[in-house]
Amino acid sequence: MTIDETTHELLDEHEDLESFRQRARTWIRANLRVVEPGKSREGVLRNDRNDEEELAGVAREREVQRMLFDAGLAGICFPTAYGGRGLSPAHQEALNEELVGYEYPARLQAPTIAPCAAVLLDFGTEEQKLRHIPAILKGEELWMQFLSEPSGGSDVAGALATAVRDGDEWVLNGSKVWTTGAWWSDWGLCLARTNWDVPKHRGLSVFMLPIHQPNIEVHRIEMLNGSKEFCQEFMTDVRVPDTDRIGDVDDGWTVGIRWMFHERMLHNSSYVTIPSGDAHAGIGNESVLQTARASGHLDDPRVRDLVGEARMLNRVGEELHRRVAQGVVSGAMSDQSAAVGRLFSGVTSARTTSIVFEIVGADGAAWTDGDDGAIAEIGNDFLMRQVSCIGGGTTEMARNVISERVLGMPRERTLDREVAFRDVPRSPSSAS
Amino acid sequence: MLLDLSPDQEFFRDTTAKFLREQVPAAELRRLRDHPAGFEPGYWRRGADLGWVSLLVSEEHGGGSISGDGLLDLTLVAYEFGRHAAPGPLVPTNIVAAALSETSSGRNEDLLAGLVAGTSIASWCYGEPRPNDRLGDIAMEIRVEDAHVVLNGVKRPVESADQTTHLLVTGRTGAGLSQVLVPTDTEGISIEPMHTVDLTRRFSEVRFENVRISIDAVLGEIGGAGDQVDRQLRLALVIANSESVGAMQLAFDMTVEWAFDRYSFGRPLASYQELKHRFADMKTWLEASHAISDAAAVAVSSQSPEADELVSAAKAYIGQYGSELMQDCVQIHGGIGLTYEHDVHLFMRRQTVNRALFGTPAEHRVRITAIIEQGADAA
Repeated sequence: MTIDETTHELLDEHEDLESFRQRARTWIRANLRVVEPGKSREGVLRNDRNDEEELAGVAREREVQRMLFDAGLAGICFPTAYGGRGLSPAHQEALNEELVGYEYPARLQAPTIAPCAAVLLDFGTEEQKLRHIPAILKGEELWMQFLSEPSGGSDVAGALATAVRDGDEWVLNGSKVWTTGAWWSDWGLCLARTNWDVPKHRGLSVFMLPIHQPNIEVHRIEMLNGSKEFCQEFMTDVRVPDTDRIGDVDDGWTVGIRWMFHERMLHNSSYVTIPSGDAHAGIGNESVLQTARASGHLDDPRVRDLVGEARMLNRVGEELHRRVAQGVVSGAMSDQSAAVGRLFSGVTSARTTSIVFEIVGADGAAWTDGDDGAIAEIGNDFLMRQVSCIGGGTTEMARNVISERVLGMPRERTLDREVAFRDVPRSPSSAS
Repeated sequence: MLLDLSPDQEFFRDTTAKFLREQVPAAELRRLRDHPAGFEPGYWRRGADLGWVSLLVSEEHGGGSISGDGLLDLTLVAYEFGRHAAPGPLVPTNIVAAALSETSSGRNEDLLAGLVAGTSIASWCYGEPRPNDRLGDIAMEIRVEDAHVVLNGVKRPVESADQTTHLLVTGRTGAGLSQVLVPTDTEGISIEPMHTVDLTRRFSEVRFENVRISIDAVLGEIGGAGDQVDRQLRLALVIANSESVGAMQLAFDMTVEWAFDRYSFGRPLASYQELKHRFADMKTWLEASHAISDAAAVAVSSQSPEADELVSAAKAYIGQYGSELMQDCVQIHGGIGLTYEHDVHLFMRRQTVNRALFGTPAEHRVRITAIIEQGADAA
């Protein structure tokens, strides 16, 4: 690190919380668009934008990210050497608080900044970090996780996508799935098998690769509600230079463990910028009350109980995430405790979706074009309810992690631990 | 419990923990089942020496805190009370002491000193019998007659009423609320003991029939005590929540240990995925309860505008999910978990009492809706 950079870092570390907050507030009010009340509701993975609107949204968020970067409000907890500000989690939280009610680059947070940029920071070479982290913080690179595969979602280490070494390059073949918005993203962080002759955790490596290239076919998956945000990629002889490998050959699981930690931390992560109190997933803070009002039944005691329950879960969730983040940072809790927050978010999001569906009554089954946004589409939200308990690692996996890694209970019996991966039994129907 | 205790706070917490471990082990709690007061006076005095009733009292009145934030310090005591299902009127004595410290102008100094020293007990008469038993309902009448006030009505459940020298009575004067500090032996007061699920807590129904007392006994403003009562309610909720979280923590730890120790079909209970997943759920409820309990305490202590919402969220969540956790602990123990011999009920009792007092989970959920509705209207 040069003397100049050190000086910058020291300066930033000394930007005290209150002046930072003031600076953020002033800048946000002068430069960002206010989100109209009632327009912030996301529902559950709603199919409410056409492709042009989606691309326009992506473009605006890249622009906002760049504006934040130029204003010194991006990468708050990233080191200054990589374009960040080198400030504390409290500074990030202050920014999040000041952003309430304003637009923000939502699509750039997960998975681009956490887990992808966080993984780069943990395991990337100096050259990789210098090349990609500043670009990410400027909104120039959107990243996706090439992690799950069609052959199995929870058993991440059972990846079948294969990388074979060819001189200074690797040749990748296989398929990845559940990448949100891969069709408008730039880079993929890819877990691939580099050795079939050792047990599954010991034959993996991690690579980075540009998504838009002739040898990758991006297929958009239609969800039951019509949403086409999720994608599947088919990689055929994709060539990746060895310099784009992250971590050691066959040691990809070491990277993978941190990767999934950052994924579970998500909105607890001090790397991400997300307005405080925003929906952790699915239906947000204000929309339950809005829906209750729009339903005309806010005076019904049963509805009041349900609205209060949703708000209670929301507040408890915020405080739980804060506690887990604090505990993990201070070392009072293990990294694996992130699964506690993940389980809570998944279950309460699903419960909140049920609450809203209950409130709207028959409007959950049928609605008209004239219905308010707080009423329409609630039925589809309900059908998509479980997305919060599946996406980002299932709640069942979170329960395994909590019981086994946090509470130290015996591991589930597996048949793939001490055998070469090529000899592990696989689904009879899985094509690979 | 707070994650980041200072060394002084940790020492303070540990001192109470050690004292309770030595003084009121499970066998002593069982012995106290048949004790009329549920605790020995000497035990309470020695506890008071550790600071149990001084934390919400200003230094000029003989109180003081460990960290500069007496309420947060008190949550540590309450948490240890929960972890030991400890006897003693922690909530009502602290509520009265706080109220006296806040409003006293020399009149009640002896009582306050006695409360802080643990030589006197006082209690708060807040809740009322049905049909006025919903959160915030007050029908108790406090009428002004010249230089006197006259009290008529019934309060219940009142904790440790028969051990008190004074009762702090919340009642209605016209449209507003008033609070009166009444010596327990004043004519017209009758105390009838109630039954309760807790082993060592004692509750009574207290009747006030034309209880006449000097207007000097009024604490605060006649008909204008609403804010004062709200503050007392917040304090009571914070203390009770912390205590419930302590009880949950102990019951959970006990059940985890049992799951490792108990073998069925040749393997420990802790190896069954069905049970592991339930432990994961319980761990999540427990950490969430810690988090919201502490956040509410901080909000109340710092007089945050969000205090009411957070304290109700804490009470509703810990009431509901605390019971789920307790009952699951019983379930995982099997039949032994329902016996008097096993310890798990000691902690379930404490959480159960706290769930039902000062507003049920459903009442607090509805209260949250009213709060956010007002917030949305104001915005």
